[in-house]
This record gives sequence, structure tokens and C-alpha cells, in this order.
Amino acid sequence: MDFGLSEEQELLQGTVRQFLEKECPPARLRELFESPDDRSGELWAGMAELGLAGLAVPEREGGAGLALLELALVSEQLGYGAAPGPFLGHSLACLALAAGGSPEQQRRWLPRLASGECLGSIGFAEPGAAWQPGDWRLSAAGRARGVKAFVPAAERADLLVIGAAGGGLVLVERGAGGVKVEPQDVADRTRRVGRLVLEDAPCEALADGVAAALRVRDAALVLLAADALGGAARCVEKSVEYAKTREQFGVPIGHFQALKHQLADMALEVEPSRALVWFAAHAFDHIPDEAARAAALAKAHLCDVYMQVARDAVEAHGGIGYTWECDLQIWFKRALFDRAFCGTPSEHRERAAQLAGW
Amino acid sequence: MDLSYGERYEALRREVRGFLEAGWPLRGREAELPKREQTFLFRRRAIEAGYLARSIPKRYGGSEQPADPLAAQVIREEFARRRAPAEARGIGTMMLVPTLLDRGEEWQKEKWIPKTVLGETLWCQGYSEPGSGSDLASLRTRAERVGDEWVIHGQKIWTSDAQRADFMFCLCRTEPGAPKHAGISYLLIDMKQPGIEVRPLRQMTGSADFNEVFFDGARTPHDWIVGKRGEGWLVSRTTLKHERNSIGNADLARMQFDALVALAREARRDGRPASECPDVRQRLARIEGYVQSHLYSGYRQLTDELRGRGPGALALMTKLNYTNIGQEIAKLALDLLGDGGLADPTGHEREPGEPPRGAEGWLIHYMASLGVAIAGGTANIQRNVIAERGLGLPRDAFAQRSK
Repeated sequence: MDFGLSEEQELLQGTVRQFLEKECPPARLRELFESPDDRSGELWAGMAELGLAGLAVPEREGGAGLALLELALVSEQLGYGAAPGPFLGHSLACLALAAGGSPEQQRRWLPRLASGECLGSIGFAEPGAAWQPGDWRLSAAGRARGVKAFVPAAERADLLVIGAAGGGLVLVERGAGGVKVEPQDVADRTRRVGRLVLEDAPCEALADGVAAALRVRDAALVLLAADALGGAARCVEKSVEYAKTREQFGVPIGHFQALKHQLADMALEVEPSRALVWFAAHAFDHIPDEAARAAALAKAHLCDVYMQVARDAVEAHGGIGYTWECDLQIWFKRALFDRAFCGTPSEHRERAAQLAGW
Repeated sequence: MDLSYGERYEALRREVRGFLEAGWPLRGREAELPKREQTFLFRRRAIEAGYLARSIPKRYGGSEQPADPLAAQVIREEFARRRAPAEARGIGTMMLVPTLLDRGEEWQKEKWIPKTVLGETLWCQGYSEPGSGSDLASLRTRAERVGDEWVIHGQKIWTSDAQRADFMFCLCRTEPGAPKHAGISYLLIDMKQPGIEVRPLRQMTGSADFNEVFFDGARTPHDWIVGKRGEGWLVSRTTLKHERNSIGNADLARMQFDALVALAREARRDGRPASECPDVRQRLARIEGYVQSHLYSGYRQLTDELRGRGPGALALMTKLNYTNIGQEIAKLALDLLGDGGLADPTGHEREPGEPPRGAEGWLIHYMASLGVAIAGGTANIQRNVIAERGLGLPRDAFAQRSK
């Protein structure tokens, strides 16, 4: 029985946290958030140098060969720091290849993805919130035809792992013909997305794409839940700090019980749910029978928690919390992204109900 | 991470199972003994085998085992599975015994701990008073030293088990001139005496789990005091390093949730199982998110304990989290009951540790979940504790000023 992080895992978290404190301090974060175009490339290069691009890539292909739990711990830190960049889509593309690529496909792509030389991403959503493999209609027999929305870092990604009709995955190179990318405005400017219009784009099916798609979907849910955990924890921290420094009636507002109770309730939402994320990641890595349901419950739970805690944090900050100038909005908007990306909490609760046989 | 217990503990599990299969229920002549006697007899054997009273020294009737939270968990699981008498429940084993171990005189430990551990001696706790709830240290029940006795006047309230208890551990004001917290002593009092009157306090469920206790010249020997005069507040705050049961109430939450799912399958809406209704499915899955968070947080706390780490902020949240989960379960159950919500559950008794069943059982749970929110520190007091000790926010200004 050991349900805690190892020293190595805690070290990994600490390393990412320190990296972000140094490379993405508030002013830099604000600059990247405000920029009309995606300027997170330099930050991503730094992360790749740290080895974060290849965490999920097997060691034989030049990666760190770590499990989803480690990816989730990094994701949590990125959520904590609201770090801009393509980590989510890139990691999922790596997982897809590792889980369902032929040896040849893996050899061709994984080493370059692991080093960060090549950027990967995933295209799941089709118009009408069709995120799940069973919803995909994109035609991909030899040539890909159709539209994928909300593709992370679509304008920069070199390799796109796309969901196709039948629930499988295909590889599309952005540089190939027939691939058009239209930027899409979303509230969360830390994770830029685009719409992918494929008109007879050359594509290649992943060898074991159908099974890999389900795995990658589950992994996406866990990573989003982990991002939400980190973001929610940061919202609580920011609110507590504010309550200790902001003074009214001659004392820090943290003296007032109404606010203390609100902050306690926020912390109560967040801290116990950490174990839910750990379990979902652990189940993905080691308990296959429980993985899908644990991922669905974790995504639904954490994304609701994050959204609510982000709202509470704005309230706890009073008027300043509601301004564009206040950085809280960056976390608030990340909460919006985490919540809707890959399906809403209610969609995943219904899936959890089905998986339980209710 | 590894959620299995590992070979060493699975071996222990087999050993405990063997002990239980041979030892419980009692057989032959022993099976004809009164229930109480059977329980004591079995507990004695379980202590001899090293399974119960593990943190209690042998000279006080315990089994004196090295602290091993995982072994304790395996033993709890197996005893529960066999429905064998586990550790004696109650405030005596939970609070008095650890306090005596830490602060008691040698003769006090020898006199009281062995029988309390077996469950033979029953205790009640004399803390709350009508005017002193959350602000406990304002208590006014007074004990005066007359000759070599304490003479006690005053009133306690919310006293569980007072009508059955042999003794009470009681906070009394013994130093009237001293500041609030410094004027209190921790006294032990024999409940079976003329100066004490116990009146049951009927709660909204119709049963009487609590009592009022009136002291009118009750007496106790001068040396039935734990700690020195005026140290009672500190003595009552004693916390000891023993095997915390961090998974205990998470198991209860899980059990209640399973009962809720069963209720949703039985209940009908438009002729179909309510569990097929989208809103019911949503609410069930939403609650399950909390139930699982609570459960795995229990494993996380157990791991911290195994690694010798302090409990941290999470431990401060356990009670309120459990409270909230119980309330959400109760609310959905009430919806699922439909007309069953019109039933009269007054006086419906439920076995402790058993999940709610039937309309009456669920209505009792609906009310009792409020009891959970209040007893042992109200939800609002829990929020203060989380905010102040967990988040480091300033202490309540009024609480600081009051003397």
C-alpha cells in the first residue's frame, strides 16, 4: 500500500514549478496571454530542453518512458502556473503513437517528438461537440476529408493525430497538401487552438488506432483533470494571499468569518480531489478495468471544481478580481477550456453512469 | 503507487482469517453465555493474539504491538467481514484511554484502562453545557474542593450514553478567579450516585441518543483528576500518536453511496427504474466524485502515516467532507423516495455501521446527516479550523478577545 508520490515524482513537480517561476513569471504570462498570436514557442523550447516533450515517449525512442501519472503531475504544475503552450496536444500525440503506432511509425516520429524538434497535436472535435471516438465522422480512407475543431497549436504542429470515422486515428502532416488551418478564438489564450480543414490531405492510419483512440481519450481526460487541479489550487492560494494582505475596516479581510468560510469551502473542494486525479492516473497506468471510468469521473469532478473555485476566487478578490488587469482571469479562462475540451462534465458523468451499468 | 497490500500483509490477512474462523462466533458452552460476556471473552483472545488494543501497553490490558497502520487496517477489514467484535467503540476508548495514557497517574491507568479497552467499563464525556457549545472553555459547571473530595454543581448536555455509563470524564471549573482556559480541571466521576440526575434528550428522529446530566452536590475523590488543577483544558486537547483510522469514515461514505445506488435502481419514475433518469444519473455520478475523492484521500493519509509524515491540511477536512457527502446522499435519497418521504420514521432504529434501508431508514439518515454536521464541532467551526489552521488565516477576533 503506497498511495503517495515518490521522491522522483516530487522532484519532477518541483523542477517544473521552478522552471515556470523563472521562465514564466506574471509579466511574461501576461505578455503571452495578451499577444494576438501564439508566442509560446520559446517557453516550449525550454520545456523540451527540460525533457517535458518526451515524457511519455518510450526510452528506446529517446523519451523518458514515464507513465501517465508523471504526465499528470506535470500537467498539474502547468495548470498551477497557467503556463501557455502545446504540452497537452503534444503529449497526447506521443501517447497515441506509443499506444497504437506500428514500430515503423514509432521509429519515424517518436524520437523527433521526444526531442521537441517536431511538435505534435491531436484533432478530436468535430462540429457539434463531437469529441468522442464514437462520434467521429471524418473520412480518412487514404485521403482525409473533413473538419476538426479546437485543435491545440494547430498553426504550429508538424504532426497531427486525427480521429476518423470508425473511431480510429490517422496521422496527417501539416505541411502536406490539402491541410488548411484557420485560427479559432477561444477565451483561454494560453492554449491556442485552430480549425483544421482537410481536403484530400494525405493521411496514414495508426496501426492500432481504434484501441489507441480510447486510451488517448482517457489520457486526455486525466491530463485535463490534473490541469484543473493545479489551477484550482492556485485560485485558492491567490485568494488566501489576497485575504491576508487586503485591508478593510483596519484589518486584513481574512479576519472576517464570511470570507474565511468561503475560502475554507474552496480548499475543501480542491484538496481531497487531488487523490481522485492520482487514482485516475494510476488506474490508467495499472488498473485497466477501472481506467475509463476513473478518468471520466476525475475529468467531470475536477473541471466543475475548478470552474466553481475560479468564480469564488473572483468574488473573494472583490472589484479588482473582475478586471482585465487582474491575472485571475487567466486561470478563470483556463477553467473554461478544461471544462469544455474533450466534453463537458455532464457528458462524462453520463459515460460514468453507463460504465457502472446504472 | 501501489494500492495492494503486498505479500506480507496478505499473509497477515490469512492469519487473521484463520483466527476468526476458529474463534468467532463462539462455539459450544461459550455460545450460551450472555452476548456481553461473549464479546469480552472474544476480545480478550483477540488482544492476546495481538489484533486488538494494539497501541495499549500489556500492563494495562493491551497487546502492545508496534505501530503499523496497515496491519491495523487489514485487521479492521477482516473483523468487519466476519462481523466479529472489533475494538470497543465509544468515547472511552477513543478519548479517555489515550488521555490517561498520556497524562494519567500510574494507578489511574491500571484502574481504568483494562476494562475500558474490553468494553466492560463504559464512559461518557462531560464537555458541552447549555451555555457552552462551540465556546466550550466558557463552561460553568463548578467543582469545589471539600475535604478530600470534589463537590460538583452544574449541568452538562449532549451527553451520549450518560444513562448507561459507569463514569464520566468531565471538564469542571475549579479555579473561579483564573482566566477562562486556566480555571478548568479534568475530573473523573462515578455516574452511579445520588447527586447526579440523567434526563434523556429526545432528538428530532424520535430516539434519545443524548442526555442532559444535572449535578447537585455530586462527589468524586480528590485524586480522580487527570493532570493538575487548572490544566483540564490542556489535558482535554491531548492528542496522541496512535494508529489513526483515516479510512474509517470513507468506508462509511462508500457504503451509504452504494445503498443510494441500490435505492435509485429500486425507485420508479414513470414505471422505469429511477436510475435510468438522466438527472438521477448525473446526481449519482456527481456525488460519486466526492465519495471517491474522500476514499482515495483516506489512502493518501494512510500513506502519509506509513511514511511518518504529519497529517496536514487534508486531515482537518475529513469531517466536513464526510458531512457534506452524507447530506448530498440524503438529499438525493429523499427525492428518490417520492411518497416514501411522507412516512413517519419516528423511533426507527438502525444498527450502527449499517447503511440506510427502506423509507424510514432513509428519512432517519436524512435527519441524522444533520446530526453529523453538528456533533463534535459544527460545520461552521470546521470551516474556522480549516481556514485558521489549514490556510493560515487570522484567528477569529471575538474568540481571541473573550476571556
